[in-house]
This record gives sequence, C-alpha cells and structure tokens, in this order.
Amino acid sequence: MGHKSYEESIKDVYKGLVLLAVVTLIEVGISLFGKGHLGYKPSPEMGWLLALVAIGLIVLSLYKAYFIIYEFMHMGSEVRGLRLTVLMPCLLLVWAIIAFFQEGNSWFERRDLIKQKNERSIKDKKVDVQGSLLEKEETYQM
Amino acid sequence: MATETVVKEHDHHDTNEKGAWDGGKTPFGVSYGKLMMWYFLLSDAFTFAGFLIAYGTLRFSSATWPVPDFVFSTAPFGIHHAPLIFVTVMSFLLIISSVTMVRGVQEGHRENKRGVVFWMFLTIIGGIGFLSCQAWEWNNLINKEHMTVTVNPFGTHIESGTYLEGDGHDIKAGDAFKAGDSYLIHKHGGEFHPLKYKTDEGLEKQQEFGPKAFGALFFFITGFHGFHVLSGVVFLIIIMINAASGIYVKRQNGYEMVEKVGLYWHFVDLVWVFVFLVFYLL
Repeated sequence: MGHKSYEESIKDVYKGLVLLAVVTLIEVGISLFGKGHLGYKPSPEMGWLLALVAIGLIVLSLYKAYFIIYEFMHMGSEVRGLRLTVLMPCLLLVWAIIAFFQEGNSWFERRDLIKQKNERSIKDKKVDVQGSLLEKEETYQM
Repeated sequence: MATETVVKEHDHHDTNEKGAWDGGKTPFGVSYGKLMMWYFLLSDAFTFAGFLIAYGTLRFSSATWPVPDFVFSTAPFGIHHAPLIFVTVMSFLLIISSVTMVRGVQEGHRENKRGVVFWMFLTIIGGIGFLSCQAWEWNNLINKEHMTVTVNPFGTHIESGTYLEGDGHDIKAGDAFKAGDSYLIHKHGGEFHPLKYKTDEGLEKQQEFGPKAFGALFFFITGFHGFHVLSGVVFLIIIMINAASGIYVKRQNGYEMVEKVGLYWHFVDLVWVFVFLVFYLL
C-alpha cells in the first residue's frame, strides 16, 4: 500500500470487489450444478463428480479467505512474525477436521448398535452391547 | 582528553540504543491495539471453526441431511423454488460493505474526515441490510416453515416411492419421488401432517422428521454470526460518530481506530465465506 498512489489503490479495491463477486457467482454455479439444478443431474453413483464439486467449492472459498486477509486486511504488508503468529495456529484446525469427521463417520456406522443399546432392557445381559470389545459376561458386569 | 571522549561516546551509546527488553520498540511493527485485534480475531476464528466442525461431524454421523438448495429456496416477494438466490444476495451485501470499509480506511490514511464518515456510513447501511435479510430468513424458517431449535420438519427420502396423499402445496397424490429427494412436513392448525407414501417395494410409510441437530446448528451458527454483524454495526456507528466529531484529527495515530474496526468488519465477512460454504453451498 505504501508505494502505490492513491488512484492505484482505489482501482485495486474495485478490482477486488469484482473478483470476489465473480468467485462467489462461480461458487453458486458449481453448487447448483452439483445439486442438479442446471439441467444435468449427477447421479449418486458418480461420487467422484460430487467430490470434485465439493473440492472446487472449498478451494474457491479458501481463495476468497486468502484474498480478504491479504488484500482487505493488509496482512500482506505486515511483518513476517505477525503473519506467522496469526496464520500458523490455524493449521491446528486441519487436524481438528480430520479427527472430528472421523468421529462423525464412526457414529454413523454405530447408529444401529446405539439404537440396540437404547432399546435393550436391563435384564438381557447376554446382548453384546460393547460391540466386540468385551467378550466375557463377567467383565461386562464390572 | 582521550579517555574523556571514550567515556562520553560510551555514555552516548548507552542512552540511545536500548536492548530488546528495555521497551520502546513495537513488536511486529504494529501498535498494541492492532496486534491484539489480530489475536482476538484468531481466537474468534477458532470459536467459529468449532461450530462449523461440529456441523460437519453431525452431518457425517446422520444417514440423511436436509439438502440446502431445498431448504433455502425461498426469497421475499413471493419467490419460491429459487435455490440459493436470496443467500447469494446476502453474500453480495457483505462483500460490498467490506469494500466500502476498505475505502473508509484509505480515506483515513489521507486524513480525509468527510471521506471516512461517508464510506463508514455506506458500510453501516450494508451491515443493516444484511441483518434485515437474515431477519427475513429466520422469520420465514420459524413462522412459515416451522423449524425450531428442536424440531426439523425438513426430511430426506431414503428410498423411492409414490405419495398416497397431497399436502395442498407442491405435492399431489400420485407424485413419484426418488431416494435423496427432500421434503418439508407442513403444519396446519397447530399440528404437523406427515404425508403417507408407498415405497417401490410396496410398503406403506409416512414422512419422518429430519435430523434434529439441523435446526439447532442453523440457528446457533447463523445467529452467532449475525450477532457479530450486529455488534460490528454498533462499533462502526460509534467510530463513525467519533470520526465525525473530529476526535481522530487530534490523535497522534490518526484514524487507527477506523483501521481496527475495519479489521473486525472484514473478519465478519471472512467468517461468512465459510458459513456460506458449509451451510448453503456444500
């Protein structure tokens, strides 16, 4: 910002507006295509196409986030130390996403087991409530 | 003589060049306020990330999930079946108000009081516009479609079949549907009326409610974001009045307060990028 003239930096701002608006419209277009609103409906068997749509949406959103942080919030002209201390901690979220989505998937797979546990009366102890972890009845009774 | 000059030079050296721990230096070349605004935004980003990751986790854990392009397909002025259109307008409002905020900060660097007030005023209008749209969206979901924190009338079929009765809105008796199609259970006279249908295998069933968590997540996450927008508008109004009164003309750091509230406002736009992605696009 420091070296640019006033007129130049104004021009940059409106370029940014057009860029963000166009990226948003592309995102909406991709999303509607993935949901089958633009004539062609991808069938549920075409998992790769739906995955491609989702990845495209995520990449475009990350680009928008980068643009807002670096251009509008001027992160690009801050010193390296500030950039790193703000942006690096966000990498922790990568692990949070992996771990929690794995957990969600596991809940999904164990739905039937949980339902079965909920409906079990206290007397039929023979139902293997823990899945396969505990096998002996004595251990289970604690 | 010679020793005297050496001592003097030494003294000179001592007073002017302080060590890193003696104060007087700004770490990272920014003021305390701006640095702390960045760290506050970082912590806020983690709060939002926690919410959105919870949404993803629960969505992964459910067999069905309401399809966003079906849930969010209504707009004011009686527009129906227009998926994502209204929420795209809302996104544009936030983007535009972010741009007017950048202009305000630029005018602040030039010490142009009128410019700062003018662009901040436009930013406030954008923020209020966004909040109004959100109020309409919430009102529509709560009062017309009867979704609450604990009741989610948006369901999704897991098998294909044919309806045995109609709901007087979009569905007529005899309409066929496929697995993955979404529906809304309508409420008449204070009661929900799930429709009966026949699956392709010939079983008679009726519509079931969608995953409960959807309503709670929607209202908490968009509500939390909306609350950020609301407090942002309040901060903007305060700083705009301050700027108009000429307080910042006298300050040594000039219009830095405008920059700081600007950082907050861009962050609100930044969060919306991800709320928009997670709730509406995916």
